Amino acid sequence: MKASNKYWRERLVERTSPHLVKELDVYESEISLKKQGKIDDKIFAETRLRRGSYGQRYDNGQRHDGRTTRQIEYPSGELTKGPSTLFDAPGMQRIKIPFGGLNADQLDTLAELAEEYSDGIAHVTTRQDIQLHFVHIEDTPTIMRRLAAVGITTREACGNTIRNVTGCHLAGVCQTQVFDVTPHAKACSRFLLGHPDTQDFGRKFKISFSGCKDQACALARLNDIGCIAAVREADGKLKRGFEVYVGGGLGTVPYQARLFEEFVPEEEILPLAQAIGLVFARLGERKNRNTARLKFLVNKLGMEEFKRLVLEERANLPYEDAWTSYLKDIDTAGEEPLKSPSLVQISGAQPKSFKQWYRTNVYEQRQNGYATITITLPLGDITATQLRKVADLARTYVKDTVRTTIEQNIVLRWVSGADVAAVYAELDAVGLAAPGAGTIVDIASCPGTDTCKLGIASSRGLSGELRTRIIARGMELEEAIRGLHIKISGCFNSCGQHHVADLGFYGVSRNKNGYTVPHFQVVLGGQWGENAGAYGLAIGAVPSKRIPETVDRITGRYIAERLEGESFQTFIKRIGKAECKKMIDDLTQVPPHDVDPSFYTDWADAREFTTGDLGVGECAGEVVSPFEFQITACEREAFEAQLSLEAGDTGNAARLAYGAMLNGAAALLRSRMVTAGSPDEIVALFRTHFYDTQLFFDPFTGGKFAHYFFRAHERAGEKRSAESVHRLIEETQLFIEACHSCYGKSLQQMVAV
Amino acid sequence: MPAAVMEIEHVNIKIFAKEPVEADLAGAIPMFHRWIQESVTPELLVDVADYRHVPSGPGVLLVGHEANYSLDLGGNRLGLLYNRKTAFPGEAVEKFKQAYDAAMQACALVEADPAFQGKLKFDLKHFELIVNDRLLAPNTDETWEALKPEIEKFCQAQFGGAFGLRREGGPRERFRVVIESDAPVNAR
Ligand code: SF4
Repeated sequence: MKASNKYWRERLVERTSPHLVKELDVYESEISLKKQGKIDDKIFAETRLRRGSYGQRYDNGQRHDGRTTRQIEYPSGELTKGPSTLFDAPGMQRIKIPFGGLNADQLDTLAELAEEYSDGIAHVTTRQDIQLHFVHIEDTPTIMRRLAAVGITTREACGNTIRNVTGCHLAGVCQTQVFDVTPHAKACSRFLLGHPDTQDFGRKFKISFSGCKDQACALARLNDIGCIAAVREADGKLKRGFEVYVGGGLGTVPYQARLFEEFVPEEEILPLAQAIGLVFARLGERKNRNTARLKFLVNKLGMEEFKRLVLEERANLPYEDAWTSYLKDIDTAGEEPLKSPSLVQISGAQPKSFKQWYRTNVYEQRQNGYATITITLPLGDITATQLRKVADLARTYVKDTVRTTIEQNIVLRWVSGADVAAVYAELDAVGLAAPGAGTIVDIASCPGTDTCKLGIASSRGLSGELRTRIIARGMELEEAIRGLHIKISGCFNSCGQHHVADLGFYGVSRNKNGYTVPHFQVVLGGQWGENAGAYGLAIGAVPSKRIPETVDRITGRYIAERLEGESFQTFIKRIGKAECKKMIDDLTQVPPHDVDPSFYTDWADAREFTTGDLGVGECAGEVVSPFEFQITACEREAFEAQLSLEAGDTGNAARLAYGAMLNGAAALLRSRMVTAGSPDEIVALFRTHFYDTQLFFDPFTGGKFAHYFFRAHERAGEKRSAESVHRLIEETQLFIEACHSCYGKSLQQMVAV
Repeated sequence: MPAAVMEIEHVNIKIFAKEPVEADLAGAIPMFHRWIQESVTPELLVDVADYRHVPSGPGVLLVGHEANYSLDLGGNRLGLLYNRKTAFPGEAVEKFKQAYDAAMQACALVEADPAFQGKLKFDLKHFELIVNDRLLAPNTDETWEALKPEIEKFCQAQFGGAFGLRREGGPRERFRVVIESDAPVNAR
């Protein structure tokens, strides 16, 4: 904890609104009360989460150090800041940056905070937020005071709240936009922040604004509310509005947002969001957080009923000035350039590296003579020194028009063409002139096992490795694959957005040769464009250490065999999932530990992977257990379900997926010497042995994956739509993953005994 | 000395590596994990973070409760950085000495580690002293005037008379002084 914390309040009080000063005073006293044990863990956890102060890996005070699981003996001992979360354990501070908009003073402050309270790094997230890691809870009120003094809030950055409202980083300068959605995103963020109607949700809620339908800058269709700019002609005039989608979301099983209304006039967008929020607060699931997102409510009610309820709620809302007040000066309140427009000047004297960078990182704005420059951030990370440099550039060249992007980069907008080379030189001097923005090298990744409590495999480690290899081989220069998107999540929760990548990966583990081995599921068929137009499905799990080879093989095949003008998705569709799986089949093998122990550690981590208390027990020798045989057969069935779906046979796909679940459950039962016959019997015995005992439960998702199985059983034989079967296959894959980890846990228990 | 400066905490010491550096920083990952396994420092050690992908960044970082250690690439110059996070009792001079000693001991461990043996050496008489708190010690002339005698006292005890001090960085940066000495280091 910083010694200067006690002085900051006084120092900043004049520069902070009295309301915020009070709010932060209250938060500070809540921390003191927590220290004295006077606030309940759950309540305090929600309090800090609503202010963006999140837990981090190992904050339960336990960590496997590669040899054994050890207690981390913090000075505050057993004192906690939430259930199973030790008070002194470092945490993550999320900072909301609505639509990614930042000015130079804010960049300077973020640099200061990264240096003084974190590890010198600010991390840009896939929702345009900034995150600081390894922060002590007692420093968080000061961090918030310093942010508040430059107009940034962390309020409602986590917890069951409206998260950062995202928007296209090119809004206002984009060639393909219908109109600039910045004012709407900004107003929406302000209006809903702390609004009484949005304080009682059962789960988080995400909103995004996109300037057009075809591109992916705001990924509207994976949000709870996705607004896409649209215009309509009325009385000979063009009227601005939005095509509105609802109920999207990634998470364990992704849902694409569904069309709510083709055209909502701009003055109606804020009250509509408010009304949707009210319906969500009133009817959304509360007890089971696994089914509490809006997507489940929309699915349960059906779009027609959901819409009816929302419109009814809308009709009853008392008028609020904020719905439309921002529209009064919308045509004059846009950004202004600092410099006069000018053509980009590229001389022959420019180095080759400048030309490469120019090709991928400079975007010609709709306004002649201006460019938007993307600063590529490796894994979304930027140092304090670099942030200060970006602040300098914002002051010198662009009048504070800086934004973060959902691809975890930063853009400088309104750079006069004449300044592009100078900006490049200045970025280059601080290591910020890497080319490849938006290309295969610009890999997005969630924090994974580096800092996330739920991470299974090292998404950042893999990301770093792939990046290094791709750059070394100049793959980002290969025309055919340059534009592919790689996205990596550390687990099935999809924070790395792997479902919408050309090549997506999510972390899983497998028990092999008596060890736990880090793997990634390979997800193909996703679409980044058209605001996340399609979600991919997993074709198989490959050991982490073989993912680079997997990428080489798939991209190599595409380069060699694509038809003229054929996109990657079309290519994958044409050769089919079965062929894709065949392509990687040999890569799924794990060599024995004594032949290659590197497979048993994760990327950028020297510790043996989660062997923990498991070790090489006699009961888990070198022989493959019957469970492993049976579960492999389930994986094959789930994959065949995908093939059936691909071939349009939804009935067979549903049958296969459900069958894979049944067999997975039966395999688990057999591993406990329990034999079951009929499906009803399997379900009943599974419930008794694994659900009621909570053996199948995941520490964070509880019995969610078992519920997928129960629901599939209830609906067995029912006619389903292609979308519903797609979801059933996702659920089957997750159920099988849960069978793997349940079996792993049983082995550990046996070894412990 | 101004009230706040008298209370300085969070002293950072970065001891620079001798050029040329031939070592691959990847070796720091297993090394730091071993430091955790064997609890080789007085501080409570928590985890390792790999930032090698960030140009001029924190390199490889060992996160602790009282302090972080890193093989740091900041300023485009490799060095062993000791970043004190919790308060340390005593006068400013004692805080400087504590941070310097911790950094120096860490340098010895790195130099002896199989991953770096013979490939990475530190120049114990060429280092940066940073106060990681802009409120207590802004990078101003006033702070420099207040802290210079304290830093001199520390250097005097450490190196005898022969040392040079140079304050660096702009007003937005943290208070930072580069120290160079030709004298032998007193304690190791
Ligand atoms: S995808 Fe998993 S590992 Fe990654 S941040 Fe989300 S919960 Fe954590």
